[in-house]
Amino acid sequence: MKFAFPLVLFVVLVGFLGMGLWLDPHLVPSPLIDRPAPEFTLARLDEPGRTFSPKEMQGKVWLLNTWASWCVSCRQEHPLLVALSQAGVVPIFGLNYKDNRGNALDWLNEMGNPYVVNVQDTDGRVGIDYGVYGVPETYLIDKAGVIRYKQIGPVTLEALEKTILPLIRSLSR
Amino acid sequence: MPSPADIGQFALIAALLLACLQATVPIIGAARGKSSWMAVAVSAGQWQFVAVAIAFFCLAYSFVTNDFSVLNVASNSNSQLPLNYRIAATWGSHEGSLLLWTFMLAFWTAAVSRFTRHLPNTTVARVLGVMGIVSTGFLLFMLTTSNPFTRLVPAPLDGRDLNPLLQDPGMVVHPPMLYMGYVGFSVAFAFAVAALIGGRLDVAWARWSRPWTLIAWTFLTCGIAMGSYWSYYVQGWGGWWFWDPVENASFMPWLVGTALIHSLAVTEKRGAFKSWTVLLAIAAFSLSLLGTFLVRSGVLTSVHAFATDPKRGVFILCFLSIVIGGSLLLYAWRAAQVGLGSPFELISRESFLLSNNVLLAVAAASVLLGTMYPLVIDALNLGKLSAGPPYFNTIFAAVMTPAVFLIGVGPIARWKRASLPELAHRLGWAFAVSVIGALAIPFTTELKPLVRLGLLLAIWIAATGALGLCGKLKGARLKSLPRGYYGMQVAHLGVAVVIVGITVVTGYESEKNLRMNPGESVQVGGYDFRFIGVTNVFGPNYEAVRAEMAVFRNGSLILRMHPEKRTDIVSGNSLTSAAIDSGVFRDLYVALGEPADQSGAWSVRIQYKPFVDWIWAGAILMALGGALALTDRRYVTATKKQRAAREAA
Repeated sequence: MKFAFPLVLFVVLVGFLGMGLWLDPHLVPSPLIDRPAPEFTLARLDEPGRTFSPKEMQGKVWLLNTWASWCVSCRQEHPLLVALSQAGVVPIFGLNYKDNRGNALDWLNEMGNPYVVNVQDTDGRVGIDYGVYGVPETYLIDKAGVIRYKQIGPVTLEALEKTILPLIRSLSR
Repeated sequence: MPSPADIGQFALIAALLLACLQATVPIIGAARGKSSWMAVAVSAGQWQFVAVAIAFFCLAYSFVTNDFSVLNVASNSNSQLPLNYRIAATWGSHEGSLLLWTFMLAFWTAAVSRFTRHLPNTTVARVLGVMGIVSTGFLLFMLTTSNPFTRLVPAPLDGRDLNPLLQDPGMVVHPPMLYMGYVGFSVAFAFAVAALIGGRLDVAWARWSRPWTLIAWTFLTCGIAMGSYWSYYVQGWGGWWFWDPVENASFMPWLVGTALIHSLAVTEKRGAFKSWTVLLAIAAFSLSLLGTFLVRSGVLTSVHAFATDPKRGVFILCFLSIVIGGSLLLYAWRAAQVGLGSPFELISRESFLLSNNVLLAVAAASVLLGTMYPLVIDALNLGKLSAGPPYFNTIFAAVMTPAVFLIGVGPIARWKRASLPELAHRLGWAFAVSVIGALAIPFTTELKPLVRLGLLLAIWIAATGALGLCGKLKGARLKSLPRGYYGMQVAHLGVAVVIVGITVVTGYESEKNLRMNPGESVQVGGYDFRFIGVTNVFGPNYEAVRAEMAVFRNGSLILRMHPEKRTDIVSGNSLTSAAIDSGVFRDLYVALGEPADQSGAWSVRIQYKPFVDWIWAGAILMALGGALALTDRRYVTATKKQRAAREAA
């Protein structure tokens, strides 16, 4: 049955490809998880004269959400963030990534502002420190300033209910 | 009035229905001998082409008119983007490139239905039916997981912009070329599968497949060369081949396709290698599909993997299993019936071509192994590894050296039975010329054995080519030789030119990465580079820092080079635009890195690359050879005969 040999080879290949799918590199957790959140001091979006730094949130559980007015999926997650901030479960801070200040402020006026403070990462340097590879991305940071969870892509209701909220509850204890 | 995006959506659904029809009715008809059922193939195929073309142009129109209510447009375009890139953005995204893939497939389907009227009805029905199955898979994939016409409510005011790496003239033509080749192998595949279904593999089958395979191969050659050139001058690294999974994905079908072209020639002329040729035809297209899977599923991460989604991966894997698994199953079942064809001696043109074929297949298999190896190691939990360029380069030098040697022997040896002493006598001179030539060519720098070996092989191809031509011309006129023969000679010469390019640039290139202050000079490859300074400039949708570098040779200024570092205004992504001065014998390459500090000093990369352009020139020669062979009288008369037969009927 030498003619069946290519078929056997292909079946083995498919086996590995199938296994490979479940090893999707994007599901591998960010190397920053369980590491201290990178430090930064950036100008605030609303008042560029003032700055914000993660140090100020020492002792609190908070979310850092990277977003931009040019980002389409940010529109998708935004209503959820607004609802979350209105419920007062967790303070949300915004890292306005590679954006234009005027556009960003217009966007917040139009879509609602769930953020306690927004900072401007105009050149994306802080984004690099945080390993951002596409906006939106959201980091959950604990009382000790350690990143405990990273949501890649828009925050979904499912991720919120199954992962983020339970984690916030246990971290706030 | 419905928007173009809605029309496109409907056209895509219509195309799916037509493809389903094309995939089922004609094949059943061929099995039952119902000619009316078989006739469905042609009309379904042509209407499917119309539907997919409408969908494709609707998407292109949405991009051109900045319809940001289409998610795909909003994610991959911007109102500031120049028109040519808005058009190119149509296939810049995952969804768009799939639509292009399907469009190409529909184009090939329409072409096959148009140019195969002289073939038996059952063959045409089966060939188009198999292409319909492939098309159904792709349309279903698009509509279920990657719809290019997904709408966005509310529509954003502006789009996110095209990945700046893709904003390049090369990107406008590179994917269509590559896909024409990739997808073109579907024709040879469909012919092979149709022959297996019918259980009859005669010489006619090889004759029909040959021109289609040759066209596909020619496009693929151009596409790969363009891709390589693109990464050389856009990505700013100065390399021309990275053994990146996506490059490998296009290179594997090329290697197998090259083997297929040669194998088809033998099957047509001598009736030999039948089952092997069928297997190659299946393999060439399977590797194209596998390439699509690797790129689109995110199984392997690479610089090219712009789209990743496990759901898509599962779909493509199932589809691959059905199409490739099904055809290999058919092969296992039917190939024994096909037989091996006419016998030949150990020393004959057949066996030289077979050896060459096997070497090309081994090369493709080792690329596949190198590409899959990291995944296999990971799947078996043995850690994370990657097979880098050292692996590929070593294997390639080892496999391609004998293969290239055989390029010289094959065309000169006789069919069926050749005599070794006679061959040695005829080739002895060519070999002597190659050795002397390789050693005699002077180079200013030190002697490198691998470069000399490369030169030897290149001269060997040229010398044996000339020898073969002289032999053919004894008693024949220049014009009387078939175009196919000249095509072969030109393509083989292309291989020689590529080898010169690769070996010389690898052996003698020099590179310096350093920090330069304004006014500072450095010497690279015999040229003096003086860094003048930087200025800010603005483009249509980017702002940039432009440096000036004055280049001196023997103390006199020969040119000024202006590398840039661009920042896309919309996305904020930055991109290095290297300055390249191309020449026949060398390229000078300057790329700007990062500013070192406030003093005006920058990190720069300066490269001297001798003969690098020969790599692409050789690839173009190969493609030209393919195109020349296509104009061979045999194919032209076949079309004429067909036309005459139609007019008579």
